[in-house]
Amino acid sequence: MFDILIQILDSTVRLSTPLLLACLAGLYSERSGVVDIGLEGKMLGAAFGAGAVGYITGSAWLGLLAGIGVACGLALIHGLASITNRGNQIVSGVAINFLAIGLTGLLGQTWFRQGGRTPALPEGGRFENIDLPFVDALSGVPVLGPIYSELLSGHNILVYVAFAAVPLTWWVLFRTRFGLRLRAVGENPAAVDTAGIGVIWLRYRAVVICGILCGIAGAYLSIAQSSGFIKEMTAGKGFIALAALIFAKWRPGNAMLACLLFGFLDAVAIRLQGQEIPGIGEVPVQFFQALPYILTVILLAGFIGKAIPPKTSGIPYLKERT
Amino acid sequence: MNKPNMSQGLDTSTQPAIELRKINKSFGPVHANKDIDLLVKKGSIHGIIGENGAGKSTLMSILYGFYTADDGDILVDGKTVTIPDSKTAISLGIGMVHQHFMLVDNFSVLENVVLGAEGGASLSGGLGRAKSELQRLEDEYELKVDPDALIEDLPVGLQQRVEILKALFRGAEILILDEPTGVLTPSEADHLFKILDVLKNQGKTILLITHKLREIMAITDTVSVMRRGEMVATRKTSETSMSELAELMVGRSVLLNVDKKPAEPKERVLEVNNLSVVDSRGVKVVKDVSFNVRAGEIVGIAGVSGNGQSELLETIAGIRRADQGTLWIDGDEIDLRAKPLDPAEMREKSLGHVPEDRHRMGLVTKFAEYENSILGYHTDAIYSKGPLLDIAKIKQLAEVEIEKYDIRPPSPLLKTANFSGGNQQKIVLAREIERDPTVLLVGQPTRGVDIGAIEFIHKRIVELRDAGKGILLVSVELDEIRSLADRILVMFDGKIVGERTPDADEGELGLLMAGVEGEAK
Repeated sequence: MFDILIQILDSTVRLSTPLLLACLAGLYSERSGVVDIGLEGKMLGAAFGAGAVGYITGSAWLGLLAGIGVACGLALIHGLASITNRGNQIVSGVAINFLAIGLTGLLGQTWFRQGGRTPALPEGGRFENIDLPFVDALSGVPVLGPIYSELLSGHNILVYVAFAAVPLTWWVLFRTRFGLRLRAVGENPAAVDTAGIGVIWLRYRAVVICGILCGIAGAYLSIAQSSGFIKEMTAGKGFIALAALIFAKWRPGNAMLACLLFGFLDAVAIRLQGQEIPGIGEVPVQFFQALPYILTVILLAGFIGKAIPPKTSGIPYLKERT
Repeated sequence: MNKPNMSQGLDTSTQPAIELRKINKSFGPVHANKDIDLLVKKGSIHGIIGENGAGKSTLMSILYGFYTADDGDILVDGKTVTIPDSKTAISLGIGMVHQHFMLVDNFSVLENVVLGAEGGASLSGGLGRAKSELQRLEDEYELKVDPDALIEDLPVGLQQRVEILKALFRGAEILILDEPTGVLTPSEADHLFKILDVLKNQGKTILLITHKLREIMAITDTVSVMRRGEMVATRKTSETSMSELAELMVGRSVLLNVDKKPAEPKERVLEVNNLSVVDSRGVKVVKDVSFNVRAGEIVGIAGVSGNGQSELLETIAGIRRADQGTLWIDGDEIDLRAKPLDPAEMREKSLGHVPEDRHRMGLVTKFAEYENSILGYHTDAIYSKGPLLDIAKIKQLAEVEIEKYDIRPPSPLLKTANFSGGNQQKIVLAREIERDPTVLLVGQPTRGVDIGAIEFIHKRIVELRDAGKGILLVSVELDEIRSLADRILVMFDGKIVGERTPDADEGELGLLMAGVEGEAK
């Protein structure tokens, strides 16, 4: 029983990682007042970029860099549309999602001719799992041993990056000048402007950070969790990350918990596939897949507290004519 | 003044803190500032007065780098400068307290003060230093605020203090205040004036933008008058008078008092009993309010904004649901909790409503004038031809209203957004009054409206009263209430705390509005 629990938690960590990265990406963007429904598209684009470059160069690090590059490019398109040209941020985000689906499919087929996949990664093209020190020595210790060696150790570097990004994001948001301004610009850009700080530049920086994190999330999918890009492999993770962001009320600590919860539901769903639960029978996988959305809707309906977004998120900044 | 070798001795004190030469600014076809010249003496309080839309705020925004002038020179401390952004203005020692506060509501006072002047990439050191600096400023200028309080928890008077502290924290020597008393109670305004006096005595230069003559007379050393984008006069405050300034502002003499006969109230037309309203946050905003309005009288509800007047008006109009209470109108007793009527049904009871916020509730600003002239009455038979609207008829009737209410420009096809505030308000007023309601609810009839239109609107309301209608007037402008109303009810914290006649002492009304008990019986 304990072993099963450890296994489920272990896969929870793996499944939560891309959610967490994308969720933090969205957090930076939305805290600055730019709604980003295009997390999904940026992740997908990054996954493809990482998969393709990882395969060609045989270097996971170059793959990661390519993923980040693609996601940042898409993020800048979103920035150009919604910050500079003050367009509708939802429309721009949706457009990016479609652009990513279409382009990755098309380029994948054109370049590799494997039905939109990238070929399996060569040696070195994938981030390998890392064993933390003393794993062998401690694995025999009851309870703590398995927790350390199975749950905490044996993940690839991007998993650790994702979880390290949580306290880092908290620190940036609440303990640095940049964070103060970022939070302020999402609440009242006019206050930021009159304090002598450029609103546009500030929002662009947030959007680029969003791109970088989405890039890591996408690369994780194609060159860490799997060995290559598969068509539409994000499968709605960007939207679950968005749901997690709302669930977390735009706070980094909560974001981690929300992503772990949604990752856990996913892990349980996989575990229970085709299995009977005594007294209930077989639970359809779709039920668990729907749970993150159901929980978010319940939250939005006001049953579990209230999710108040940054006040001006989604609203382009325009100097008011008095 | 620009002669060399003037930098020594007493002469520096006569050097102006700010000098503007031939400033011009246009927004599309609107020439907001025309050849503006202005001299502001160091260490003085300089008032700039003018009607809404006279170009005061535009001029100050140019000085603060929010807009850039099309041409003209700005001199600060005798040196020609260009101010492309607020950052430059701040570095030149210019601070501004905007009409709508530029504060982040869910930040603490301290965070708001340091925003943009954090003193380092990491906050930890900067916040500590800022806190002690803030303490020093608070002591020096008697500006007490709890640095850890959240802005959203502070009353507006204190929020304004935070804005002033923000400017001082950035080392402002020249402080611009844009309509600073609009949101304050009379006693808060008095306190603000004391603060400004202290600032002046410390050598700061203050530019006070307002459209209230009384404030100019009370606090400024010099006053400049703007009218339609031009600077028409500058006077020493001690050598001018309210009536002269008023005349300069509008270009002709105006009646500051409304000319009206004593009221002859008859039977009741509206009665509110034990009305309570709970808002969306679950806060009780109207508390057990009862009163009546009779035919042929204007009942004014005075109070600082946010004391339940808006909710009261909206509930009577049928827009908001009551927690308890009944309404008597047109021979019917309506239970406002169990069976409230919607706004359309209230209109059928011959209740007209000029809402407080004409942009949000009174008009659809993207619609043309003629379309707005029937909003809420669009189902009336006279506007229809079968299932369709009779557009020709509607336009024709709109033109009649335009003529009668002197709405300018006289074009029923023009988008409502393109009318000035005063003319927009006239459109709403015309629509409601021309339906000949038995009871008219009027909220803030002259907010953001220029003096000429104010006079017109006041006259119309009095005429309606003389025609034997009952009027319930809500306004945060005490002067307006005093000059229009026949009876004044003062609201504070959701309750009616007193009833007075219009000739009641202003100080006494001010105390009632501020919720000072003991005065109210």
